Amino acid sequence: MLKIGESEFNALRAHGEETYPHECCGVLLGRMQDEDENEDAERHVLEIVRCGNTRDDRPQDRYHIDPRDLVRIQRQGRERGLDIVGFYHSHPDHPARWSQTDLAEAHWIGCSYVITSVEKGRAVTTNSFALHGSGEDDKHFEDEPVEVSAAKVLVREFEAE
Amino acid sequence: MRIMIPTPLRQYADKKDAVEVKAGTVGEALSGLTARHPELRKHLYTDDGRLRAFVNVYLNDEDIRYLGKEQTPVNEGDTLSIVPSIAGGSLIS
Ligand SMILES: [Zn+2]
Repeated sequence: MLKIGESEFNALRAHGEETYPHECCGVLLGRMQDEDENEDAERHVLEIVRCGNTRDDRPQDRYHIDPRDLVRIQRQGRERGLDIVGFYHSHPDHPARWSQTDLAEAHWIGCSYVITSVEKGRAVTTNSFALHGSGEDDKHFEDEPVEVSAAKVLVREFEAE
Repeated sequence: MRIMIPTPLRQYADKKDAVEVKAGTVGEALSGLTARHPELRKHLYTDDGRLRAFVNVYLNDEDIRYLGKEQTPVNEGDTLSIVPSIAGGSLIS
């Protein structure tokens, strides 16, 4: 299950509209719950970080985040008690389903991969897939529900923990 | 020095987000890490002992591939970050 604030949810969808017809991408910062019980793990997104797509050669159907950005986001997140809990990208004029390329290139087991379909410049469907498995040999995506809630409630829950 | 552990690998490192090691090079630092947390080894290295292609290792803000790789010298105040790559695409080919 992925829990995300309404403004963060809207912002990642808007990002896909802005970069259309190219893929957008970014990082989801927040907190993991029940990390060791993979099946019931919950990821709470408290912040999204927009990234540039480094795939200048074919940005319409590929994305890649500069690892240097990931290093910085991971470090700055930690300073504020936030972890990388997932990533998002868009599929311009393609369904909001993961592709074989997405799975082959996914390595953050236990994290969420959020995909938004953008049709003719408009964000349509946003789905989230949790990457499960014990390693590269058996990794796989599982559909997971996305719960969008008011940002303030999420932040309050976060502080109370 | 400090090694930052990315979220997917923390389950193999006692849930820690960072581990402190003493090392003179990047390779020694990573060996120190996997000696303490042996389960990490197969997630970082291939069977023939090379760092997996999708595992990026940064010394402070630099990719070790563009420094001296695992022979790169390190200092006590340095931070080594492990970040698996993030990429994908909507089409297969
Ligand atoms: Zn994709």
